[in-house]
Amino acid sequence: MAYLQQVLFLIVLAIAGYFIRKRVIRIKSNILLGKASVINDHKGDRLKNMMLVAFGQKKMFKRVVPATLHFFIYAGFLIINLEVLEFIIDGLAGTHRIFAPYIGGLYNVLMNFFEFLAIAVLFSCFAFLIRRNITKVPRLQSPELNGWPRLDGNLILSIEIILMFAILTMNASDQILQTRSEHYTATGSLFFSSFLIPLLQNISTPSLEFIERFMWWFHIIGILGFSVYITYSKHLHIFLAFPNTFYARLEPKGQIVNMPVVTREVKSMLGLPTTEVPAGEPGRFGAKDINDLTWTNLMAAYSCTECGRCTSECPANITGKKLSPRKIMMDVRDRMEDVGKSLEKGGAGLNDGKSLLGDYTTKEEINACTSCNACVEACPVMINPLEIILEMRRYVSMEESGAPAQWNSMFQNIETSFAPWKFSPSDRFNWSKEDK
Amino acid sequence: MNVPTIADLIAKGETPEILFWVGCAGSFDDRAKRVTKAFVKILNAVGTKFAVLGNEETCTGDPARRAGNEFLFQMQAMNNISILNGYNVKKIVTACPHCFNTLKNEYPELGGNYEVIHHSTFINQLINDGKIKMTEGGSFKGKKITYHDSCYLGRANNIYEAPREVLESLDADLVEMKRCRTTGLCCGAGGAQMFKEPEKGDKDINIERAEEALATGATTIAVACPFCMTMMSDGVKNKEKEGQVNVKDLAELIAETQGL
Ligand code: SF4
Ligand code: SF4
Repeated sequence: MAYLQQVLFLIVLAIAGYFIRKRVIRIKSNILLGKASVINDHKGDRLKNMMLVAFGQKKMFKRVVPATLHFFIYAGFLIINLEVLEFIIDGLAGTHRIFAPYIGGLYNVLMNFFEFLAIAVLFSCFAFLIRRNITKVPRLQSPELNGWPRLDGNLILSIEIILMFAILTMNASDQILQTRSEHYTATGSLFFSSFLIPLLQNISTPSLEFIERFMWWFHIIGILGFSVYITYSKHLHIFLAFPNTFYARLEPKGQIVNMPVVTREVKSMLGLPTTEVPAGEPGRFGAKDINDLTWTNLMAAYSCTECGRCTSECPANITGKKLSPRKIMMDVRDRMEDVGKSLEKGGAGLNDGKSLLGDYTTKEEINACTSCNACVEACPVMINPLEIILEMRRYVSMEESGAPAQWNSMFQNIETSFAPWKFSPSDRFNWSKEDK
Repeated sequence: MNVPTIADLIAKGETPEILFWVGCAGSFDDRAKRVTKAFVKILNAVGTKFAVLGNEETCTGDPARRAGNEFLFQMQAMNNISILNGYNVKKIVTACPHCFNTLKNEYPELGGNYEVIHHSTFINQLINDGKIKMTEGGSFKGKKITYHDSCYLGRANNIYEAPREVLESLDADLVEMKRCRTTGLCCGAGGAQMFKEPEKGDKDINIERAEEALATGATTIAVACPFCMTMMSDGVKNKEKEGQVNVKDLAELIAETQGL
């Protein structure tokens, strides 16, 4: 019987491992659809960003209430997972609370602390459910969240609530069983779960043993299932926020990424010496599809938490235009997932006749951007939607000559009058002669 | 007003301390030209040895790059760089945050390396160094002024305090809008939006921003960018408040209190 449980546990673990591995490989190859770019400079600054922003949640705290609630869930996640380690060892070895004898009195302190976190997580998840569904925080109501994204947000919160409840019930029944059987290691009194003891007190020992085991299994299967689930969800940010902040751009926000291909061409047009060797594949100018973006842009899309802080600061969005930087990130991710799914089935992948620009994101959206960097500033995981928007503008302008007509005249003015307006270049200095 | 061109100065065997980059708006737009002149008057008054490119200056290429035309941007940039390098320019000051950002951050990769200063920082320095003497109880004493952050100074380049320090030196009552500094709302002109009609929406961005500025009760809306100037002035006009509320650049406010 004991072995049966261990074998079962091993099978469950293997199944979860199989699915997680499969998804990790898929996600990685989706990200690698992006253009290569080597980032190995300023490791110290990058590490600092990662520690402050991803680990230390620095940018979250611009909005204190959600940041505090989020912090409970985050700390709960990090720390309660230490307990999962014990679960896994117990599950494989057929032991019960294997750490307890080794760390003695500390075990009780730790368990009490975990329970406190479980309560904090429960509280925060309830508060978030209320914010999402009852008080309706505006940035969580946008149309791009309709369907799966909204369900995803609610599902995660509900799953966490159930998992926390399972832990507390398990601990409560365990505490009663400790008084009834030698097998159950004494943990000392656990504050929060002891509130549940009166509800379970009168249950017979076998039923109680069943409840304890059931909650144990429920919790660990829940956690493993959740691990598979998050690879399909915006919750991937709990892992990808770390590399994403590490690889985030360090240059001033106003600086637009240079295009060395263009530099080479312009230099040769002007008869200036070009030192750079021509790259093998010229590729497209700008981005029409995800493979025209860099792998960091694509990883960013998988790191997006869909929190909408970017969109709620976007001047275009605030004034009712179609642009939403969050939607841009979600579009990139949707496109990656669609291409990935197609490739998995041996399908056309990127050549399915669709593209990021046109089928997912429209010109109307990208044309509305004022490049103000509000979205970049707001993002708690250092995503840069603006970079992607500008790459798409480059494609439209240089490959399609499809920029808005007024922009095309502006281009023409710069070419012929060296100013964006149609003034004679010889009048440029007239201001110095007008009045005093 | 004394505005030497760099070509003239060099012909006389002199080298300027700084090059004043005027920018397209500062050269052609009537309202922005007044800012250009105010700044020149300040430079004249403190005796800074400066020069302009005059007719040799051309668009930095900022709007072309932001609208996606990288070729045009780089053509402009390379031409400007060859002129600036030809005159051996080391230090540039400009009243336009877009020129500032492009010259400072985007030209180095193309071979143009200069120390670039925005006029708000420059003026603040002059005040701190005592070259501009601010008298207490000037004409702005106790008047409400609000400052509109330009995205290309603030978020793009982290310049939030210099313009505010200049305004504080006016002895004025500086009131902040709800969205300011890192969360400042764009005027709606950046990213080449200045050169086309906005996309469909509920409202134009500059109207939203002007409403916010007017809500502070300030009688002066201070700006530090020619595009912000246009957008905020239009917004104030749209709200029919141009009689009561001024939109002014920092350089104009300083020139005014100095009686220049
Ligand atoms: S940079 Fe563009 S997308 Fe980002 S907030 Fe500003 S206008 Fe919106
Ligand atoms: S891009 Fe950043 S700010 Fe915008 S929704 Fe995603 S995580 Fe939130």
